[in-house]
Formats: sequence, C-alpha cells, structure tokens
Amino acid sequence: MPNLTAVDWLIMLLYFVFVLGIGYALKRHMKTSMDFLQAGRVLPAWICGLAFMGASLGGQEVIGMGASGARYGLETAHFFGIGAIPAMVFVGLFMMPLYYGSKARSVPEFLRLRFDEKTRALNACTFAAMTVVSSGISMYMMARLMQALHLFDGFFREQGWAPEGIFTFSILLSAAIVLAYILLGGLASAIYNHVLQFFLVVAGLLPMVLLGLRNIGGWSGLKASVPIQYMHEWKGLAHAGANPMGIEGIGLGLGLGFVLGAGYWCTDFRVIQTAMASKNIESARRVPLIAAVPRMLFPFLVILPGVLAIGLPTPRTTTVIRVVDGAIIRETTVVSPQVEQGRGLVPARTDPATGKPMLDATGQPLLDYDMATPNMLLHFLPTGLLGLGLTALLATLMSGMAANATAFNTVFTYDLYQSYIHKGASDQHYLAVGRWATVGGILLSIGTAYAATHFNNIMDTLLLVFSFVNAPLFATFLLGMFWKRATGHGAFSGLIVGAAAAMLHHGLTLPIEALPGIHGGWIAVLRHYPSDMAQNLWTAIFAFSANFIVTVLVSYCTRARPEAELVGLVHSLTPKPEHAHIAWWKRPEALAVAVLLGAVALNIFFY
Amino acid sequence: MSLDLRIPMGLMFSLIGMILSAVGLATRGNQALYARSLGINANLWWGLVLLAFGLTMLLLGQRGQRRIEKERQLPPVKGDARRGH
Repeated sequence: MPNLTAVDWLIMLLYFVFVLGIGYALKRHMKTSMDFLQAGRVLPAWICGLAFMGASLGGQEVIGMGASGARYGLETAHFFGIGAIPAMVFVGLFMMPLYYGSKARSVPEFLRLRFDEKTRALNACTFAAMTVVSSGISMYMMARLMQALHLFDGFFREQGWAPEGIFTFSILLSAAIVLAYILLGGLASAIYNHVLQFFLVVAGLLPMVLLGLRNIGGWSGLKASVPIQYMHEWKGLAHAGANPMGIEGIGLGLGLGFVLGAGYWCTDFRVIQTAMASKNIESARRVPLIAAVPRMLFPFLVILPGVLAIGLPTPRTTTVIRVVDGAIIRETTVVSPQVEQGRGLVPARTDPATGKPMLDATGQPLLDYDMATPNMLLHFLPTGLLGLGLTALLATLMSGMAANATAFNTVFTYDLYQSYIHKGASDQHYLAVGRWATVGGILLSIGTAYAATHFNNIMDTLLLVFSFVNAPLFATFLLGMFWKRATGHGAFSGLIVGAAAAMLHHGLTLPIEALPGIHGGWIAVLRHYPSDMAQNLWTAIFAFSANFIVTVLVSYCTRARPEAELVGLVHSLTPKPEHAHIAWWKRPEALAVAVLLGAVALNIFFY
Repeated sequence: MSLDLRIPMGLMFSLIGMILSAVGLATRGNQALYARSLGINANLWWGLVLLAFGLTMLLLGQRGQRRIEKERQLPPVKGDARRGH
C-alpha cells in the first residue's frame, strides 16, 4: 500500500486552508438568521446550480456509484438519466416558483403553508432525524474506507499512535472542518464549498478515468473486456432476466424516473436549500437546470471507474527473474488472497472474523464493490496526484455532511424551535439557535457514526425506516402543488398510509439469495425479486400509489381551503413567472429544452 | 455575499497546479514513480491543466469582483431590474 508523501499532505492541507478561508471571508456577512440559514438569498444561479449538484454528491454517492458500475455496469447511468434529469427539469420549471415564491424558508414550512401544522411537524421531525443518521452513516463509511486504504498508517506510525485511532481521526477531522466552516459562514459557506468540492472531484477523478481508459485500450478495449450487457443502458430491459439489475423496463421507468428520482430531487431539502438561496425567482428556476448539465456528464467520472475496475486484469502474485551482470535476481510481487480472488481491481470481501474471503451460495467469492473507485485511485495515480484524488474523496464526504448539517440547522431552527419551542424571540436569538443547532446536529451525527460500529443492523434498520417515510413524499407535493382540492387531513393520512404500504411491501417480498430479515420478507415471503434494487423500486412505487390514492380520497371527504388562501402555493392559482425582459435563450424553458435534448442524445449513445 | 467565488477557487487550483507541475518537473525520468500512470508524467501534465484552469478562473473572478465593487458604489435605481448577468 502506498504511503503518502509530503506533497500529498501539502495538497490536502492547502484544500483545508481554502475551505476555512472561504468561511472566514463570509463571516462578516452573517448578521441575521436569514444570512446564516438561507445565505441571505442573494447568490448567483451558477454557484447555486453547481452547489445543487455538489450537495447531492456525498461520499456515499461517489463510492456507491463506482460500486454499482462495477456490479451492474452502465445500467447505473439510469440513475442519472431517467432518475435525475427529468426530475431536475420538473422541479426547475414547475415546483421552484412555488417553493421560492411562497417565501417558505424550508420544505417543511412549505407544507405548513400549503397544508397544515401536523403535516409540517411530521415532515420536519422525520427529516431532521434522517439528516442526522445519514450524515453519521456517511462519516462511518468514509472512516472505514480510510482504514481499509491504509493511507494514514504511515503517518500514525511516525507519530507513535495506535492504528485503531485512524477511525476516530478521520471522523473528527472531517467533522471539525465542516463544523468550522458552517459556523463561520453558514449556508453561504456550505454552498461555496460545495462548488469548490465539485471542481475538486473533477480534478481528482478525471486523470484516473483517462489513465484507466488508456490502459484498457480505449472505449473499444473496455467493450472487449467486460460482459456485453455492462455497456448498454437499454438493451435487455424488456425482460427482467436479461439485464444485470433484473428490473424490467416498466418497473425501471416508473420507479426510478417518477418516484425515486423525483422524490429526491423535488422534495429533499438538502438539495432544494441551495436553489432557495439564489437571488431571485428566475435564478432559483435555473438552478436545477444548471445542475442537470454536470449531472449528465458525471457517469463518466463516477460510474466508469467501477466498470473499468471490473474490466482490468486481476493482479496475481508473480515472480520476475532477471539476469543482471551474471547475478540472478528474483523479484516477487505478492498479492493478498482477497485481491487475487477478486475480479479486476475489485477485491473479494473478507470475513472480519476469519480473515478468509467470503463465498456466496454458488461458491463464488463475494466482491467488495465499494473498493472499486478507491482501488482505481491507488492503482493509477502517482504520488502528488494521489494526494489530490484522496482530497477529492475527503471533500465528497464533507460535502455530504455539510448538506445534512445546513438542512438540519434550518429545519430545527425554523420548523421545530421557532414553531413549537420558543415563538416570537428576536432574530439574534434564532441566529444563535441556528449556530447551536449546527453544533448539536454534528455531535449527534458523530454519535451515530460510532453507534454504527457497534450496532450495524440498527443503522441499516433506521435507514430502511427512513426510506419508507420518504418513498411516498413526492405524491404529497405533487398533489399539493397541482391539485387545489388536496387538504391537510388528506396529505397527513396519505403520508402515514404511504409509509405503511412501503413497510408492508418490504415485509412481504424478498430479493433472491437473501434471507428474510433486514432485506425483507419479515412478515411472509409472497414474491421474490431478482435484486434488491428491483425490490426498492417496487417498494417506492407501492408507497407512492398508496399515498396518492389515500390523499385523494380523504381530501374529497374533508373541507377544501378557499382558493384565495392558496395563491402562490398551487400551480394553477399562481401567476406565471414574468420574464419578458430576459433574452429568450436565457429563460429557464430554453435551458430545459437543451438539457432534455442532451439527455436523449446521451441515452442514444449508450443504447 | 460580496466575494466572487472564482477568486479563491482560481487561487487554490493555480497553487495545486503549480505544486503538481513542480513535482512533475523534479521527477522527470523517474520511471519507477510513473510506472503506475503508464509511463506518463501525470503530475506534470495534469498540474499544467489545473494551473491553466486556475488562472482562467482567477481572471474571470477578478472581472466579476470589479463588477460587484462598482455595483456597491452605485446602488441601482429602483425599478430598473438588473438584466441577466
């Protein structure tokens, strides 16, 4: 394993200095709670757009996308294609005028304006808890990654510290930096740093992808070295058995495009907050559209490393015998068993108890797909560039944490503290609460990260519960924004029934090759899915439909709010955004058409 | 927020670019080091790319910053909405 040299450390240090420096430069603008929690709503569209993208690009996503690329091939690109692009266009054109124009300060607050107090309370509580847990889990994942890569081992030996401390060191270092820059500059600082992190990810990962492609013999070389279905997004989607993910076209389209993708991009305050910080309504509408452009190109950066890692030759233990000046020199390169039993650069997964590679039901070694992208970095980048690549990985972790922390402090301050704990205090008081909420949220996340080391299943269970809560959310927003008859009682009961439907579906189905329990089937197994991805998609579809139907039924049985109260909250009752003064090619609609054309072109290219 | 982000960003990438290309220059011909990157002096080339990117950002940022300063000196007349950029 490579040791980091002074140059690698210097690059990492330089990045930390700039991150904190930006926070420090923004400090003097933090005068009101709006400056701190909403970045004063003065930022230009391009910054918010790249931050919109950056906020969704946490460590979990970068590592996870590489892992999916190695496991499923380019089909993962669907997450970017159907999953994200139309949803981003939709939120920009139709939902953003309502979010931004309603003057709501957060997504839960929009639910109070549109529906009622109880819907907001339900959403604010589950969302706040989710940000804490998901930030804790991404901290945990990244700390485990740092341990697995042995990058800090040399540094720890020099200092005479025990190697067990690497886990704590990684968590505390990243948490301290994120906390410092958010306390200094609030949401503005987080947004600026999302942009910085975004460019850093490109700078750190692109040379690895280029070198990997060159090594494997270009695009045609890659095609020749991986199974044919790895390279196609659409072929084989007509039948569930013919593609690596085991999802048929209808399930994929409905599930990814409409429910999962739209649910995340249109309702998750962690990304929406960056758009709501922009300077005016046209900018806010352009933000998701600007973000869609890099989002389309990111498969090359985050999925391709995984596909390349599978396609490259597996390292073997080799002995080279050379004769130099009559002396015979044997050079042996020793490769550990988990690397030799892996596929390409993806190592086999080892059992932590026995240290031996784990096997699946058919006797094949289980692969540790999460190591695909990190191993590519280690394999191709020389000292110097390696420091940059590693800094990029750290940056994605911090980006994800910061998005969670700034969403948590806003929802806590405005939706929980100001609404239920202490009403009508001075703005300075809420500014202080916002700062303390940041500290509290990050401390809770650190606690969660440590809890994950002891109770692995509890964390998985919590994430699962949140996925039940989130799955039906998009139906509530869709009905709330586009159907004026929807009522608060309808929305509230729809959310609860939708989450229950998700739970029920999960309890009754099971992916093939999994045992009943955390993976599903804990009530009874009525149906088997070919992969857990297919199961997740169908869970989301059931939850969405249940919420939709119940919200409509209950809304018809309860009294609707007068139309005058819904102006600015429902699409049909809101005046169209006025943009006659903007040149036609700068209008959000023109940008949306360009983005959609680009998405279609990319899908044709990868057919 | 009267700070054009492109200035610190440009500065950071210029510095990283300079460090990488300096390392690349100092380690020219070191085949053991660049065996990993297929014999390409990746530090030098990528350092130069980042340096060019950083300097471009810095240049654009300084122009943007000047515009911000000018706007602050002459507050816009009410009703005259700023158009585009």
